[in-house]
Amino acid sequence: MALTTIGAAAGMGANLSSRKLQGRLFLTLAIIATAIGIVVLATLLVDVSNDGFPRLSWEFITSYPSRFAERAGILSALMGTVWVMALTALFSFPLGVGTALYLEHYAPKNRFTDIIQTNIANLAGVPSIVYGILGLTVFVRWFALDRSVLAGALTMTLLILPITIIASREAIRAVPNSLVTAAYGLGATKWQVMQTTILPYAFPGILTGTILSMSRAIGETAPLIIMGALTFIAFVPGSDGFWHGPLDPFTVLPIQIFNWASRPQTAFLETAAAGIVVLLIVLLAMNSLAIFLRNKYQKRVQDA
Amino acid sequence: MGLISILTTIGIVVSLLTEAISFFREVSLADFLFDTRWTPRFIPQAFGIWPLITGTLMVSAIAAAFALPVGLLTAIFLAEYAPERLRRTIKPILEVLAGVPTVVYGFFALTFVTPEIVRFLFSDANIFNALSAGLVVGVMIIPMVASISEDAMVSVPQALRNGAYALGATKFETAVRVVVPAALSGIIAAFILAISRAVGETMIVTLAAGATPNVTATPLDSVQTMTAYMVQTSMGEAPHGTIEFKTLFAVGLVLFVITLAMNVFGHFIVRRFRESY
Repeated sequence: MALTTIGAAAGMGANLSSRKLQGRLFLTLAIIATAIGIVVLATLLVDVSNDGFPRLSWEFITSYPSRFAERAGILSALMGTVWVMALTALFSFPLGVGTALYLEHYAPKNRFTDIIQTNIANLAGVPSIVYGILGLTVFVRWFALDRSVLAGALTMTLLILPITIIASREAIRAVPNSLVTAAYGLGATKWQVMQTTILPYAFPGILTGTILSMSRAIGETAPLIIMGALTFIAFVPGSDGFWHGPLDPFTVLPIQIFNWASRPQTAFLETAAAGIVVLLIVLLAMNSLAIFLRNKYQKRVQDA
Repeated sequence: MGLISILTTIGIVVSLLTEAISFFREVSLADFLFDTRWTPRFIPQAFGIWPLITGTLMVSAIAAAFALPVGLLTAIFLAEYAPERLRRTIKPILEVLAGVPTVVYGFFALTFVTPEIVRFLFSDANIFNALSAGLVVGVMIIPMVASISEDAMVSVPQALRNGAYALGATKFETAVRVVVPAALSGIIAAFILAISRAVGETMIVTLAAGATPNVTATPLDSVQTMTAYMVQTSMGEAPHGTIEFKTLFAVGLVLFVITLAMNVFGHFIVRRFRESY
């Protein structure tokens, strides 16, 4: 009785059993809400697989796009994605890790560092399409790179850099302070501490963060469309000689999917679904690689 | 190294401004802000951004109306009710949901949500409609709402919950009247950041909401958002130097300013009202 009185005094209603009923109703509602996300994800995967798998074949992977849905393939988009992502990884990894190391271990604690940090947080929230405008103006026009793989990769690098930096900083911050202090205690210079202690220990985390930000970049469509990536390409970057590859025009998987999905014919919708299956498989492979590498290197550090 | 981020910001602002300024030499700011027609491709051309803004607002409002309650309830369930093992199963699933490329969501909106759900319920809905796009944008931002709100709720100290239990509160009363108010700043920040993400979302709305810049109050109509306009213009012929090309930058500038204001405000709330226990 006493409990209900206090409850009533706190404005919670007098009747304990009706309050408990209220609680059960709320819990049911919360479970339903949580299930919505899971059910939608399952529906999406089933829907895409149903549409896409019948169309998927070795020919689909090794053919160029075509005006005829049944002959259209994804080779140029797949290779375009590989090219753009390889260059993006090449640029964003050192830049991201370097900035993270600087912010964690070198930057003085002053207004300027504060501004940089706030700036990075805000850049992470800029819509990706705006990065397309940046790429179009700076890389395509000012640097005269035209609509090349290189211009696309540089745009993507700037887009994912804030995420890479934030993930790398977390990994670097997780290095136990005792290790760092011990290394300094042994007389190591700052650079030696970076090389021998901080980087090896933080490496798995940095790698995971980088791969996860890359998997964000793989799915990005809008910035590359604004930048001017083409939607119909019947050759693979690098076919005029490998070293010319970065300057070749390109398309990527999500743009090719978008192109197919925005056509009215049902046959092209199936082609789009098959493209989505390929994109999701690439994403799955990258995420598995991230988990695999993390586990492998984590073990090595523990052994040492 | 830190300079790169500053240079990126300057680059964004400068690249938006150069062409936008040249746009405003040809179109007055008053026409841009107060005209209610957006017809850059037809004669007579009109450049009132209102139809694009209302289109964006409608899609974002639908997304928010769906995702904010669902995301918050998910967060409450994960933070307050779910046993540890269930929590560790559900969180990665939500991360996968957050990692689905938006073009895939757009395909899903167009080929599943529109025909199977929206047109099943409302047979007069357009093939391209704001409702489908809004719902799917909502699905996309659910993980963001849930994960930021959950972080805020998990950091509410156990002592507050114990105090509520000691006063005779039920679990539900503790969660809703003690934990949620204590985590309110984090939850509001989650809402603002998620809505900002919805405003800047591009591929879902381009594929599912259509390309009709009109001011309408019906979510079953086709609308055009700022982002969809930008993509559709880039896909079409808009040679450098034409007024159509310049609209890309003017619209991009408006989008950038709106989302930046929301993000700055969201981060400000997190920092200013962070409860330290």
